[in-house]
Amino acid sequence: MKFAVLVFPGSNCDIDCFKAVEAIGEQVEYVWHTTTDLSGFDAILVPGGFSYGDYLRCGAISRFAPVMNEVKKAADEGKFVLGICNGFQILTEAGLLPGALIRNNGLKFRCHQTPLEVVNSATAFTNQYSQGEVISIPIAHGEGNYYCDDETLAKLQANNQIVFRYAGDTNPNGSVGNIAGVSNERGNVVGMMPHPERAMDQLFGSEDGKRMFTSILNAWREQHGAAVNG
Amino acid sequence: MKAIVYVTIKENVLDPQGTAVQGALHTMGFGDVGKVRIGKYLELTLDTTDRAQAEEQVKAMCEKLLANTVVEDYRFELEG
Repeated sequence: MKFAVLVFPGSNCDIDCFKAVEAIGEQVEYVWHTTTDLSGFDAILVPGGFSYGDYLRCGAISRFAPVMNEVKKAADEGKFVLGICNGFQILTEAGLLPGALIRNNGLKFRCHQTPLEVVNSATAFTNQYSQGEVISIPIAHGEGNYYCDDETLAKLQANNQIVFRYAGDTNPNGSVGNIAGVSNERGNVVGMMPHPERAMDQLFGSEDGKRMFTSILNAWREQHGAAVNG
Repeated sequence: MKAIVYVTIKENVLDPQGTAVQGALHTMGFGDVGKVRIGKYLELTLDTTDRAQAEEQVKAMCEKLLANTVVEDYRFELEG
């Protein structure tokens, strides 16, 4: 399986994403934001950072980068697209995911481990977790306050599109319904504020993020009937 | 021609910055301040004299880039 890690001017979690894919033993390449062909990739990771300096709004300018047309195409083809932090903001700005990310209600940049509840373990991104499991994944954002209107929220709930919630009363940013991550209707595009790529080893305080990447691999293998190596 | 664009946070969406500024104003003794909302002001210079065309273009710019209509409203004025 081959992963692409998009790189925008100002991305800063691209290396972590690259290493995370390496850690599960799959192929991965950096893809510059001006690229106009993603046909060789099975999954696309949109990493965190401050693309285009967060000018105007987080993700607002990146969504018009040439590579984003290809991300849309890949999503339409059913390929897996995961946006993390700034990547989540870019995917909402691009209309690939519903809602928007606004400033944290406490105004602070929050940077710490958070307990996340796996609300939907039936997605291609979470199949290695159990339903309702609480995992430990770090956050690092100033604008991660997920907002959508009531109608959209009802739709998200009805379609099981809420993938992660901040567990218990730990909501760090004031997001609607304690939402930390959502998927599109089809389930092949997920965006989340927490950073699974920073939770790949117990040395970092948690290795709970690893199963996100093995989930994607597992889903891809099931789709392609591929043999498991090693 | 010049376009003045105002982008504001929707009425029903929380504005944490506005709330913080309101708190500061209260602390300073401006107790009459009921609500503060913070938005953006943009000035665009357009190389056109066609008002109808400018209006159409600025609207498209607002919808596509200048505002995120999920959480923001916009309005604009054309000058000159």
